[in-house]
Amino acid sequence: MSAQKIVVVGGGVSGLSAAWWLARSGVSVTLLDKGIIGWEASGRNGGGCSHYQSPLFKEEQRLWPQMDELLGYPTEFSPERIVMAVTPRQLEQYHYIAQMNNRLGQRVDVLDPQQVREAVPLAGDNCLGGIHYRFGGHANPHRAVQAYAWALQDLGGTIIQHAPATGFRTSGGAVTAVESTKGVHECDAVVIAAGPQTSSLLAKLDIAMPLAAARAEMIVTEPAPMMKLGGVDGNGLYGRQTLRGNLAYGGGPHEWVEFGELGPSARPATPLTRNLARRVAELLPGAAHLNVIRSWAGVIEMTPDGRPIIDKRGNVTFCTMSGVGFGLSPASGHAIRDLVLEGACSFTDIDKLGLSRFEGIADDWRTAKGWLPL
Amino acid sequence: MTRTIDPHAIDGKFPAPATRFDVVVVGAGRSGTAAALTAAQAGQSVLLVDENPVPGHQIGNDVPLYFGGRATAATQNSERMLETLFMNTPDLEAVIEAGVELLLGTCAWGVYRNGPLVGSLPGQVVALADGERSWLVGFDRLVLATGARDLPMAFPGWSQPGVMGAAALKKLLTRYDAFAGKRVLIAGSHDLALETALLAHAKGLDVAGLIEVRDAPQGAADLVAQVEAAGIAIHCGVHPVEAKGGIDGVERVILSDGSSVDCDTLVMAIGLVPMIELADALGSARTFDAKRGGHIPLEDGAITAVGSCAGLADTGFDHSAYRFDWLNALGGACGGDTIICQCEEVTLSDLLGVQPPRYLERSPIMQARSLKSLLEDGPPNQDQIKRLTRSGMGACQGRRCRDQVAMMLAVEAGSELAALPLATHRAPVRPLPLKIIADWEESEEMRAGWDVWMGIPTQWVPYADIGTPYEEENRRVLGGNMSL
Ligand SMILES: Cc1cc2nc3c(=O)[nH]c(=O)nc-3n(C[C@H](O)[C@H](O)[C@H](O)COP(=O)(O)OP(=O)(O)OC[C@H]3O[C@@H](n4cnc5c(N)ncnc54)[C@H](O)[C@@H]3O)c2cc1C
Repeated sequence: MSAQKIVVVGGGVSGLSAAWWLARSGVSVTLLDKGIIGWEASGRNGGGCSHYQSPLFKEEQRLWPQMDELLGYPTEFSPERIVMAVTPRQLEQYHYIAQMNNRLGQRVDVLDPQQVREAVPLAGDNCLGGIHYRFGGHANPHRAVQAYAWALQDLGGTIIQHAPATGFRTSGGAVTAVESTKGVHECDAVVIAAGPQTSSLLAKLDIAMPLAAARAEMIVTEPAPMMKLGGVDGNGLYGRQTLRGNLAYGGGPHEWVEFGELGPSARPATPLTRNLARRVAELLPGAAHLNVIRSWAGVIEMTPDGRPIIDKRGNVTFCTMSGVGFGLSPASGHAIRDLVLEGACSFTDIDKLGLSRFEGIADDWRTAKGWLPL
Repeated sequence: MTRTIDPHAIDGKFPAPATRFDVVVVGAGRSGTAAALTAAQAGQSVLLVDENPVPGHQIGNDVPLYFGGRATAATQNSERMLETLFMNTPDLEAVIEAGVELLLGTCAWGVYRNGPLVGSLPGQVVALADGERSWLVGFDRLVLATGARDLPMAFPGWSQPGVMGAAALKKLLTRYDAFAGKRVLIAGSHDLALETALLAHAKGLDVAGLIEVRDAPQGAADLVAQVEAAGIAIHCGVHPVEAKGGIDGVERVILSDGSSVDCDTLVMAIGLVPMIELADALGSARTFDAKRGGHIPLEDGAITAVGSCAGLADTGFDHSAYRFDWLNALGGACGGDTIICQCEEVTLSDLLGVQPPRYLERSPIMQARSLKSLLEDGPPNQDQIKRLTRSGMGACQGRRCRDQVAMMLAVEAGSELAALPLATHRAPVRPLPLKIIADWEESEEMRAGWDVWMGIPTQWVPYADIGTPYEEENRRVLGGNMSL
């Protein structure tokens, strides 16, 4: 088994984590990225690691607190989150989420406004209460990407950047090599975790994967005084206070987009910056005077039901994370490793993340959902 | 057939801007006022905005110029500054008379239009903000006349008050009447430095001299002659190795020949950088021109750059080579502990080591990583260095360090500066408070369609609940949202 050569296509967190997990199992791994690792969604996201809906949740939760140590490089992981409401409707929803999680044995406490303000000093009089996830947390996407990459190299893995995969060589139905602009990379098995491009790459192998891509935006402020707990969401926002103190927040309407095989040529933000800023100022009135210093956009790909696909056909394992891939990456990499080396996920049931659920989906599914570019 | 709309997508949620002009001009310097006048005289509706007087918090952050803590307290009084500025800018009266709408104290912090990856905007807009609010203005033509900003460079002691830029000094002397220094030493001897010396002298400041890293004065002969005629010495073949000072900042500067010059201000007049951030944040085309001060905008349909933001006057002088001579000299004076990024306190050794900030643990293998090891993995990219070290990520939006870090990166990688991808500029290109940049009058469509994440009903249903009655309950209670 350890004589195997695996090529991973895509150096976002999913591909990097998978490559790292494979390298930990003694496999020889080469990872290709079309550009710089982590330059797409993996380096542009909110850093949230609290995906209670996912079958990978338990593994996500088990791994994050250990990641700095396992990788050997800092990821800035910080545990737990608070979601706080500034409208009665929000409060009602958050209470439902708390109740739902508690039913599933995932502890979420309900906080009154005073308790929220104690934990979140930037909260204001408009806070109506909140919930406290006794799990989850947040990490720094840039650092996590680089930590995976360095850890992979430390285990002997090879990372080739600026090398888009352009095609596959097959023999008897199995992929024998991946072609990139930097050469032909022979392999015993391949992992495709290329974000929005996963579907066009799979199409070259006659595997149909329904995916649509959307643009999402975030803003960040100058540092605020450090709060006890930096993972503070609510008021239609997800985000975090970084360990430096900056408030980084996203949320709101997305825009369905389309682009070529090499990904978007630009990732511009829009005046949505103003709508985000308003909600941050409402969520954290104590920070309303702080300067916004940057905005950015990233692209996420979605399956029709908004759930990830992690599956395998022949010696091709593939993964697309539907906008929740950062937090789940320690676990998705583990699952991919299991599929590649053992044919099945060893630690949880991921059957409902299989590709076959979309068999026979109508060609015009995007039109039917209104998931089309303007 | 009517198009199905995803209720949580951006479609139709941006209203058209409340106002629009045939021409919006950003920057009321000489080039901007001239452009505004010409357009108004041709019968076009014209809006001219200028960010000056800039708010006190920006001056403190060295935005947009390198004020270096040498602005007087008068700059905190925006009413008074507005008056002073108006009095000091005689062109403005003519502009108003010509029918131009003039807004001072108003910055342009973003330009937006449909293009790659964006199709949701109701036309092209420029985003403005003053001390009260932010808003969007539509335009047919946008003229960028934003000028050029300072090029600071690190050396021991540079991060204290009293080390500042030539453009900031000029602004404080000629527009704000608010320079706090008395005796200035000027680094550089090209035209910018010579003009700075003459201005300072004319304004009655005590000019301690010019220092030039190269062996001879670099600027035009007539300017050199004027400076010498004013009795100002140009010391060649020397550079500062340290600025020493006390609680109020710089008191003297130690030079590489061991001499010491008493002064309260060291003015860096090594070069200016065209202020292209609005155009660049928009993704507009640009090119690198060493003779015109660096990256400059290219012709771009509805957007024109005029004045020095379009590039410094080409006198044949290779600004880039000159700047590298200064970088090498000042860099040689730096220790590993010299701070390069003032906002994030990134030292030279942390930068070259691509080390994380001090609040994170540096394992032995982390400490073994470096810029060198990173460069083995791919060509240099400043945004990557920024993400890892935080240099350029702070409240000044990288103005104090981005140019020198790019140059250091080019040196370390042995590549041409022009070949390095320019570190991205991002809106808002001025730091603006949340409550001011906020859209307090957003559209009902925006409010109603807002969701924290995508709004796909099936996405957040717990795995164990899929296909159970809980799935339906989840959809009902959360209304298809992750949560609001
Ligand atoms: C604004 C925003 C906020 C988000 N917030 C969160 C959050 O808080 N929590 C969370 O868990 N998730 C969040 N996400 C989603 C998360 O970022 C993604 O799900 C995750 O990063 C996906 O990682 P990936 O590796 O699967 O894909 P990507 O990050 O898209 O990586 C794919 C990689 O494949 C490479 N590639 C593509 N084509 C080729 C090719 N032909 N050859 C070689 N390489 C190729 C690309 O260059 C890229 O590096 C957010 C996303 C965005 C945009």
